[in-house]
Amino acid sequence: MLFVKIFWIFSQIGIFNFGGGYAMISLIYNDVVVKNHWLTSSEFTDIVAISQSTPGPIGINAATYTGYVAVVNAGFPHWAGIISAVIASLAIIWLPFILMICISHYLLNHKDSPIVKDIFAALRPAIIGLIAAAAIMLMNKDNFGSPHEDMFSFAISIALFAAAFVATRFYKANPILVLALCGIVGLIVY
Amino acid sequence: MLLKFFLTCNKIGAFTLGGGYAMIPIMEQEFVDKNHWMERQEFMDIMVVAQTTPGIFSIDMASHIGYKMKGVWGGIVGAIGIALPSIIMILLIAMFFHTFKDNIYVAKFFRGARPAVVALIAAPCFKMAKTANINRYNCWIPIVCCLLIAAMGVSPIWIIIAAGISGFLYGKYKRKRNNIKD
Repeated sequence: MLFVKIFWIFSQIGIFNFGGGYAMISLIYNDVVVKNHWLTSSEFTDIVAISQSTPGPIGINAATYTGYVAVVNAGFPHWAGIISAVIASLAIIWLPFILMICISHYLLNHKDSPIVKDIFAALRPAIIGLIAAAAIMLMNKDNFGSPHEDMFSFAISIALFAAAFVATRFYKANPILVLALCGIVGLIVY
Repeated sequence: MLLKFFLTCNKIGAFTLGGGYAMIPIMEQEFVDKNHWMERQEFMDIMVVAQTTPGIFSIDMASHIGYKMKGVWGGIVGAIGIALPSIIMILLIAMFFHTFKDNIYVAKFFRGARPAVVALIAAPCFKMAKTANINRYNCWIPIVCCLLIAAMGVSPIWIIIAAGISGFLYGKYKRKRNNIKD
């Protein structure tokens, strides 16, 4: 039953993913953490960090990883996790794949359709809101700590967040380098 | 030729860090310059289509090229070719990490990395705002979408459906109005 649900949810995520890797993270977070509680918020952030720092499309990395962890968290053995990871990865691919093949087929005839252009003109701003929402929802106790419990680590979290934000936003820093440096800071100060 | 295409896709999947857009120059080099599977103009056209259709960018690209070469099976070879190295690599990491995540040093490392992950997600919003032509007349769209999801718990899927339908209707209305003027 869990496998069917994983397949169904990741199929949805695949077909509604218009904004690339980060928009997909927002969709996965909503379904996997908020709605179904298969993963905790901090487990999810760890998965995003690993998906970012390993080669390959972030969406596939995140789907494979989430599929595995969700099933293992539910108390199933490793082999069931492997099957679930493969199911999640294929689920995320198959619907867009069929769509893409149809588009490839008809591309020469309908390239500059005004209707398609209108739809995407409205989708692009909405996707920015979607990604911002994922960032805001992840600014929680799991990822930043709490100022009431441990002021020191909360301040460090805020500082690391600010440094990473400035580095990627204004200096186009390599994301893997940013994650590695923040991780090393964690190793030293905690 | 299909085997060579499969191995090329494996290579792209296995050696490109950073996902989606970081893969473009490598795909261009492999598909256009080295193997001449498509023209540069065609590569640009497909890039736009892959960006505007749902799904994973690099997989869309590989599906199209595969389809062009050998039909639907060619497309499947391309899509699986890109995804396979990721699936294997992530599975190995997941099995390893799941047993070692309670290790104190691993835990400390990720405690530092977590705020950075959130920053990495937040930062591209501003760059994307530029490409989506956000100005003071339409800046309410991303803000409202963000509030609906983060504060009211609306599923992002509904936001995407609503945005697509409104874009379609607004475009139709705009064309109708212009036709009357002409």
